[in-house]
Amino acid sequence: MTNQNNNGNGEATLRSLLIKDVVKEYVAGKPVLKGISFDVIGRSTVAIIGPSGTGKSTLLRCINRLIEPTAGEIVVAGHDMTKLSGKELRKARHYIGMVFQEFNLVERLSVIENVLCGKLGSTPVWRAWLRKYPQEDINRAFELIEKVGLGDFVTARADSLSGGQRQRVGIARAVMQNPHVIMADEPTSSLDPKTSVEIMELLNEFSAVQDVPLLINIHDVNLAKRFADRIIGMSEGHVVFDGTPDELQTSHLTEIYGGEDWLA
Amino acid sequence: MTARSVNTRRPFKPNWLARFGWLLILVYATYAISALDISWPRFVAGLGNGAKFIGELFPPNFERWKLLVENLLETVEIAVIASAFGVLFSLPIGLLAARNLMPPWASWPARAVICVCRSFHPVIFAILFVKAVGFGPMAGILTLIFASIGFIGKLFAEAIEEISLKPVEACKAAGAPFMSVLIYAVMPQVLNRFIGFATYQFDANMRNSTMVGIVGAGGIGGTLFAAFQRYDYDFLCAILLSIIGLIMISEFLAVRIKRVFND
Repeated sequence: MTNQNNNGNGEATLRSLLIKDVVKEYVAGKPVLKGISFDVIGRSTVAIIGPSGTGKSTLLRCINRLIEPTAGEIVVAGHDMTKLSGKELRKARHYIGMVFQEFNLVERLSVIENVLCGKLGSTPVWRAWLRKYPQEDINRAFELIEKVGLGDFVTARADSLSGGQRQRVGIARAVMQNPHVIMADEPTSSLDPKTSVEIMELLNEFSAVQDVPLLINIHDVNLAKRFADRIIGMSEGHVVFDGTPDELQTSHLTEIYGGEDWLA
Repeated sequence: MTARSVNTRRPFKPNWLARFGWLLILVYATYAISALDISWPRFVAGLGNGAKFIGELFPPNFERWKLLVENLLETVEIAVIASAFGVLFSLPIGLLAARNLMPPWASWPARAVICVCRSFHPVIFAILFVKAVGFGPMAGILTLIFASIGFIGKLFAEAIEEISLKPVEACKAAGAPFMSVLIYAVMPQVLNRFIGFATYQFDANMRNSTMVGIVGAGGIGGTLFAAFQRYDYDFLCAILLSIIGLIMISEFLAVRIKRVFND
């Protein structure tokens, strides 16, 4: 499958994520993120691990500005996110697909309506309201729902689905955006181990097909090692590890999470 | 720690302030009963008068049914028009008043409007509007529009404040404009309850529209008041019975409407 963004120059910038010295203080003087920097260029799966409350979710939400970063530079696909506002910010967000821990579906809408939510950023309000999406978007939505294995549930209401099925809808919604970057915030935390693996496989597959970077916050170190090309370890608002899964040693885990008993 | 000190630890502390409060209420109630001249003999005498009055109500007199039907239709018209416009206006006002979606500079004025609409009983609004636009159904319609805004606006704002913000976050993350966020992430969560409020208010408007006529704001209330003052108790009974019938019909309709929209 071809990606519309693969031709022409600037191929690398389109699928890149540059984060430089990002600081976030919810309360002045008490930063949660204390100067985070890393780059992701081209297709790769990056897992961010770290204890709860260390700012992983905050970091992802700073990237698409659901949360305002206090300082720092965030460049997604060539757009400097921190400088955008209004319509341009919405347009930039449209190119960042996001998958949520608790799926964040609209419970009372059907699967396909939820998937088409991914197109709200590029669909005029009246069209969205009357459900008059362009036929190509509708075809694409059907195709994605088929791909995530929910072909029989197209018109089922989201609240009638199981957790794993809901997350599949969430992924289809994110991919529907034709994103330049896919982010997933603890996508498997609400799921059983088997479903978690399936969801990770699905995310990796879409990231490969779309040829875009995949950034995943994850608690499960083993899943991270199994599916990621690169692991970033965060602790107390700093990046304390950045390397391949093979390089991640017990000593690193001790540094990230503290203590040793849990490793036994 | 000795056994004795364990015994003296009390899990339920007496709340002396609350006890004093209850005592105060009791004392005030006793005083108010004596001050307002509420006494048993008066109550017993009242029972007798009431029985005599009820006796005169029957049999009901439907001879002037033309006037009755005409008045009932006007009452229904007032209720329908007022409900339609009340719902229409309370939607944006309720939305503006929701503090989880709107900035304070938008929600406070909207809350003030709702508060003013709620602070007066419909009868007071009716008196004001009869002064402003003269006798007739116009005053009644305006009255009930304001009553509807106060009621639905407030409940609608509260319903929006209780929604889950998760889908809102997801739609924002997809770059959806504000209106699309409302249509996709907010509306589906509140539509059901909104239909419930609207039908309930329609029901309330129906009842209130029988009453605004008493101060001259149109509908069957005027005729009812006149019949009462002329000691036309049998006609009064006919009016009351038809009001009961009307309310029962509207309640039946409200239930049906809700069933259509629920789920």
